[in-house]
Amino acid sequence: MERYDIVIVGGGPAGLAAAIAAKRAGAERLLILERDNELGGILNQCIHNGFGLHTFGEELTGPEYAARYIRQVRELEIPCWLNTMVLDISPDRVLTVTSRDGGLRQIAARAIILAMGCRERPRGALNIPGYRPAGIYSAGTAQRLVNMEGYMPGREVVILGSGDIGLIMARRMSLEGAHVKVVAEVLPYSGGLKRNISQCLDDFGIPLKLSHTVVDIDGKERLRGVTLAEVDKNRRPIPGTEEYIPCDTLLLSVGLLPENELSASAGVALDSVTGGPVVTESLLTSVPGVFACGNVLHVHDLVDYVSEEAARAGENAAAYVLHGEQPENAAVCLVGKNGVRYTVPQLLDVRHMPEQLTVRFRVGQPYRDVTLCVWFNETCFRRIRKRVMAPGEMEQFVLRRTDLPADLHTITFTVEEDAK
Amino acid sequence: MYDVVIVGVGVVGCAIARELSRYSLKLCVLEKNEDVCTGTSKANSAIVHAGFDALPGSRKARFNVEGSRMMEELSHTLDFSYRRSGALVLCFDEADRVHLQELYDRGVANGVEGLEILEKEALRAMEPAVTQEAVAALYAPSSGIVCPFGLTVALAENACENGAEFRMNCQVRSLRRAGDHFVLVTDQGELESRAVINAAGVYGDVLHNEICEDKLRIVPRKGEYCLLDRKDGTLVDHTIFQLPGKLGKGILVTPTVHGNLLLGPTAMDLEDREGTNTTAAGLSDAISKAQRSIPHLPMRDVITSFAGLRAHIADGDGDFVMQQSAPGFYEAIGIESPGLTAAPAIGAYMAQLAASGLGLVKKEHFTQTRKGIVNPRELSFEERQALVQTNPAYGHIICRCEQISEGEILDAIRRPLGARSLDGVKRRVRAGMGRCQGGFCAPKVMELLSRELGEPMTELTKSGGASSLVVGLTKEEL
Repeated sequence: MERYDIVIVGGGPAGLAAAIAAKRAGAERLLILERDNELGGILNQCIHNGFGLHTFGEELTGPEYAARYIRQVRELEIPCWLNTMVLDISPDRVLTVTSRDGGLRQIAARAIILAMGCRERPRGALNIPGYRPAGIYSAGTAQRLVNMEGYMPGREVVILGSGDIGLIMARRMSLEGAHVKVVAEVLPYSGGLKRNISQCLDDFGIPLKLSHTVVDIDGKERLRGVTLAEVDKNRRPIPGTEEYIPCDTLLLSVGLLPENELSASAGVALDSVTGGPVVTESLLTSVPGVFACGNVLHVHDLVDYVSEEAARAGENAAAYVLHGEQPENAAVCLVGKNGVRYTVPQLLDVRHMPEQLTVRFRVGQPYRDVTLCVWFNETCFRRIRKRVMAPGEMEQFVLRRTDLPADLHTITFTVEEDAK
Repeated sequence: MYDVVIVGVGVVGCAIARELSRYSLKLCVLEKNEDVCTGTSKANSAIVHAGFDALPGSRKARFNVEGSRMMEELSHTLDFSYRRSGALVLCFDEADRVHLQELYDRGVANGVEGLEILEKEALRAMEPAVTQEAVAALYAPSSGIVCPFGLTVALAENACENGAEFRMNCQVRSLRRAGDHFVLVTDQGELESRAVINAAGVYGDVLHNEICEDKLRIVPRKGEYCLLDRKDGTLVDHTIFQLPGKLGKGILVTPTVHGNLLLGPTAMDLEDREGTNTTAAGLSDAISKAQRSIPHLPMRDVITSFAGLRAHIADGDGDFVMQQSAPGFYEAIGIESPGLTAAPAIGAYMAQLAASGLGLVKKEHFTQTRKGIVNPRELSFEERQALVQTNPAYGHIICRCEQISEGEILDAIRRPLGARSLDGVKRRVRAGMGRCQGGFCAPKVMELLSRELGEPMTELTKSGGASSLVVGLTKEEL
């Protein structure tokens, strides 16, 4: 069996940044496994700009952003196996992989970095009633068809869900000459970035219908139309509000799901809120030597944060193979409550913590003029005024090691609304 | 001039075709859609029923039990997925025990083997996820689960190998007698045949009424289902039924041969023979009734929902119609549940009926067996390694959720009666049938289809007809 020190599963933004950081931290015998025929992951189909503002201080397209990392991977001579699918990861870190050229084989790793990304929630998961004609695509699939294959999925488009990919595709389809009739969002607010709503919908005159969903799909062969209806606060369609919209294409942007089937096969404990692994400050999962970063860990809003997080996973994995396993005693739990849905990391071992640790989290609903509270045990440590908080935008808080009390067991993040 | 034309390539038509292909004859099978197994046969519970439901003495009872007995051996001969998983019929109320006993007695009268009535403790020991509410259950160890696509495609391929001609996209527009033979006006011109076999499913009455004096009416009876992720496929080991109601066997929860969990079907009579749309009311009805059997169904793991139509004959005696309805005109219609189970037995019976009517003689060389598409996931590591070494396409994964390789997809397209559409590939090898529902693999499968069929992407369809997947090139209309 071939042996590697660190195997990185996934050659998208997370896997690339993790590999580069691990190599720079001194690790040898790295291997990136990528299922597609090139590195870069989903960035390759994200031909719009807006990537890299935080990392490089300039606006790049997805492929440009990826290229900067791919170049470093090449310069550092980190081996990559392309067109290679990982079929299984065992708890003792043996990966079963397959490819056309390399055949079916097993490789052993001293450390593994999970960087498989996420997938889109399909129509079926929403149980939208109606027929099952051609012309219904998840937004990312349509993005691939348009941007990479050069095909138009359709010409008269309705988009369900105002996630970022849906918004981006509203603009893309418009630029390609399609008529995007409406973006419907079941929630009373959009889950996408503010800048995307302004640049992708408002600038193109595409209406965004909040608290609306698709309640019926018409067309036995190719899609002929959808029925939209308004929903009440329990997301139930309100009878009498139905509106039939003729269209030949329905794009879905209704949520991203971290793709953790391999993590589960390795025995990694998953967080039911994020859908990703439970990790410590080192981005270490519940399985020794297995780290996680990027959208497989939790769905990010900006790729810049993916890169930053993944680099930490790479450094920690390098430390793990260079210095051996550190006795973990992640005695501190991080929890989100009162409007904060989750935190990453979920666990903290203060002795392994760097001087500063960025904790990322999301809120469950939009807020205006509220206070974000950070609690050490039962004591409120910090109160931060927030003018706006939105589920679509990741929040962060930097913990300083010197601030932490000795008896710390729980750090809690909450949102407090002003008393009316 | 054909000896026999079979109309419909659902599981019944294909079973008849396969059995008839044992004889020396000129046999043609017609289908209005683009592929085998696109109607009732593709959207059902995928159950091989034990046979305790139908009334003793009925054709449903006889062919159910016969079909169930044939299925295991057939699954080896024709290489499709089948598992004898056993079934439980739950009784929620002490007052209903009498109905449970009725089912048991009926099963015994029908010749079903191994039936047992289980008390609550034994039931829960067997299926811990079943509701506390269940007071007893009928246990039928001979019940099974099958891949309905696998079964139908296998029958068709074997018939094809044995000389049956298949014509897809060939709807019968009219049928008339012309002296000693029939003339079928189809999408592909006029065909002549000495005999016609009606296996047209929900369109069976249309064909029947062209020839027969006694008019029939088939009412498509819709059943809606939800399919859950493979991670939930072990929630139950057996098919879990509830005591049957007037319109059918009620809502079941069952593992599938592919490891998913399936729940449904509802029962709703329709006018539209293509009314395979799901409805909000139907799905919520299916889910709430299924939750009565299995209270902790992980409904957030639903990956798709679908509806199928049962070919129910209105105002009939509720039994299958399997007969020579007019000289040279044979029919297997009204084949609703347990039709999938009964199909192999119906095929044998109908073929025998037609063969003796036409005085057909058996061929010297009939190829009994058919080899399915290799499933690398069922091989040992070493076997799979060897397969990839011999044919590297089996090492290249196209559908990541179900881990389907390019080799399997190419085989699905290249073999006789191969896939011509995205759904055709999906039914044969499951690419796109997993948790992302084709989100990642659809463009890749389209590329393979385009390359193999020599058709541009813009000509490819989801399921034939007007179901185009892409409408043109980018920049085309700018």
